[in-house]
Amino acid sequence: MPLIKKGEIVAAPQGEVNTLDSFLEIAAADPKDAIMVRLMPDDDPLKLEPYLDQLEVVEISFPRYADGRGYSQAQLLRRRLGFKGEIRAVGDVLRDQLLFMLRSGFDAFEIEKSDAAEAFAAASQEYSQFYQPAADGEVGVFARRHS
Amino acid sequence: MYRYDEFDAAIVKERAEQFRGQVERRLKGEITEDQFKPLRLMNGVYLQLHAYMLRIAIPYGTLRADQMRTFAHIARKYDKGYGHWTTRQNIQFNWVALKDIPDVLDELAGVEMHAIQTSGNCIRNTTSDQFAGATAEEIADPRPWCEIIRQWSTFHPEFSFLPRKFKIAVTAAEHDRAAIRVHDIGLHMRKNAEGETGFEVIVGGGQGRTPHVGVTIRDFVGEDQLLDYLEAVMRVYNRFGRRDNKYKARIKILVNETGADEFAKLVEAEFEAQKDAEKIVLPQAEIDRISAYFAAPDFETLPEASSAFEEAKAKDAAFARWARVNTRAHKQAGYSIVTISCKPIGAPPGDVSHKQMEVTADLAEKFSFEEIRITHEQNMVLPHVKLDDLYEVYQTLEAAGLATANYELISDIICCPGLDYCNLANARSIPVAQELQNTFADIERQDDIGELKIKISGCINACGHHHVGHIGILGVDRKGEEFYQITFGGRSDEKAAIGQIAGPGLRAEDVPPALERVIEKYREVRSEPSERFIDALERLGHDPFKEALYAAD
Repeated sequence: MPLIKKGEIVAAPQGEVNTLDSFLEIAAADPKDAIMVRLMPDDDPLKLEPYLDQLEVVEISFPRYADGRGYSQAQLLRRRLGFKGEIRAVGDVLRDQLLFMLRSGFDAFEIEKSDAAEAFAAASQEYSQFYQPAADGEVGVFARRHS
Repeated sequence: MYRYDEFDAAIVKERAEQFRGQVERRLKGEITEDQFKPLRLMNGVYLQLHAYMLRIAIPYGTLRADQMRTFAHIARKYDKGYGHWTTRQNIQFNWVALKDIPDVLDELAGVEMHAIQTSGNCIRNTTSDQFAGATAEEIADPRPWCEIIRQWSTFHPEFSFLPRKFKIAVTAAEHDRAAIRVHDIGLHMRKNAEGETGFEVIVGGGQGRTPHVGVTIRDFVGEDQLLDYLEAVMRVYNRFGRRDNKYKARIKILVNETGADEFAKLVEAEFEAQKDAEKIVLPQAEIDRISAYFAAPDFETLPEASSAFEEAKAKDAAFARWARVNTRAHKQAGYSIVTISCKPIGAPPGDVSHKQMEVTADLAEKFSFEEIRITHEQNMVLPHVKLDDLYEVYQTLEAAGLATANYELISDIICCPGLDYCNLANARSIPVAQELQNTFADIERQDDIGELKIKISGCINACGHHHVGHIGILGVDRKGEEFYQITFGGRSDEKAAIGQIAGPGLRAEDVPPALERVIEKYREVRSEPSERFIDALERLGHDPFKEALYAAD
């Protein structure tokens, strides 16, 4: 499936993506192999804390767009744990959710059709101001008004 | 009142543009109704039985005269001349064409209004005491905090796809007019031992299929920590709230299944774990900036009593009654808080015509510092009227059909749209309300009965708040026939309680005579005329009233 990163279609990901349980097993055996993991909505992202340095990609799964647990997972990874690698949204990823995802710390998006890239780029530009500080580094309007 | 700065204006304008694009994609057939649904639902657009319905946010129910005029204009130009106040202090238009909605949103943006988060599984309009800033009962004006919560919750990146909708209410008065104990989060402004202002946090109240009274999980959160604490509550709910069953997805179910103590511990742990980088910077200068918009208007220094008011009451008994029933004490000497009833006998509760909106806007401009409030009980309020001006205000309202003297009386009914308008309803509710109003039309009789809150829902989703009616009425469908279940003893104030079902359901035509028997029983047994129905119920228990309800059988 096509992947969008920084507004562009990039090569499909390589390598094996593990469930959280198998990832934790692999990581316990040899941390060098612990580079990609897929979180399901009820997984606890805080379990990844010991492996953040070698982790390259955390996929966060959206079985349905309306299941918003992935936003909390991404926020915890970025803001609580300071994860610097890729956070990739997979599953029911729609253009109209894109901005919420970007702001929550996602930086890669698996989408169904490659011609959607333009629509996704447009969606990321629909707002110029945000009230809340968020994982995208935005400080929020409350602070911006007095800076 | 709050005024937008360039940040607020940009967000609302960009929202209107975004939705225009989404509607265009739908009208061109680029997206299906199924794909469009989540988009319109983020913007207050529902598909009802007959047409699309547009719900517009009135943040904490506070409205300026020019905003009311815009509603009147929308009612005339895009609807059938009416609007409908909701129990979230919002307004609904029931007949707006989808193609016109982008234009309506542009018109709203022009007067600093929007339809953002009036539907969908997100944080909805924050509601408050309709007398905020006017009553002497409160320790502070809760509205600056409602506005801060509005801004914080608008397009929140983490909390826009919650398990279910989420409602917050704030009050700062001991007597709770904002029903904070039947909200997902209720905030009660308190002072701590050091004299600082903060918030008691009540979580897990709600109505619907499984009603609960909320529980206090924190006695005091300081102002500077409120948003961080709310984020902690929201994150616990977003992560652990049930998503397997829409009817068990509200936070009240999570609180109840987890246990209130355990839930409070989860929130505290999440709150404690927040790193500095996660905390919301809310500078004192920003609190002060927003609070300044809610500073008291330029009141005149007046004596406590007004001779013009006393004279008018002496010569016009109907005015005297209206003034007694529909006005409340103001914190400023010589002023009064006026409730404009939107419950005239025999009309749908909460409906107002464009003409009535214009009249209300005129009155607000002339007599109430341009301010209007919408109440969760579906009435309007002029918060700051001089006693000297009350008679003129009354006469103007009277001429516009807005002077029904029934605030908090038996015909001041909360009612959902019911089967006449709503997809979800099992039974009609507006005709039942109208029949009851006709039965108790005699205003002197209503006055004698005193405070009595009847609330009617056309299905178990409880939009008409029947669970917290002193007398609640719930419409149910039984094999194609409408029946009405009666509950007693619900209340949404500081002694919040869920009403208890009295017994078998009644046919629509049997409801008015049955309630008449209940009322007669109450008048017979009350200890004195000032003992309200709800007090008599508490003192005597439900049995005498149940007997009266079914006495015809």
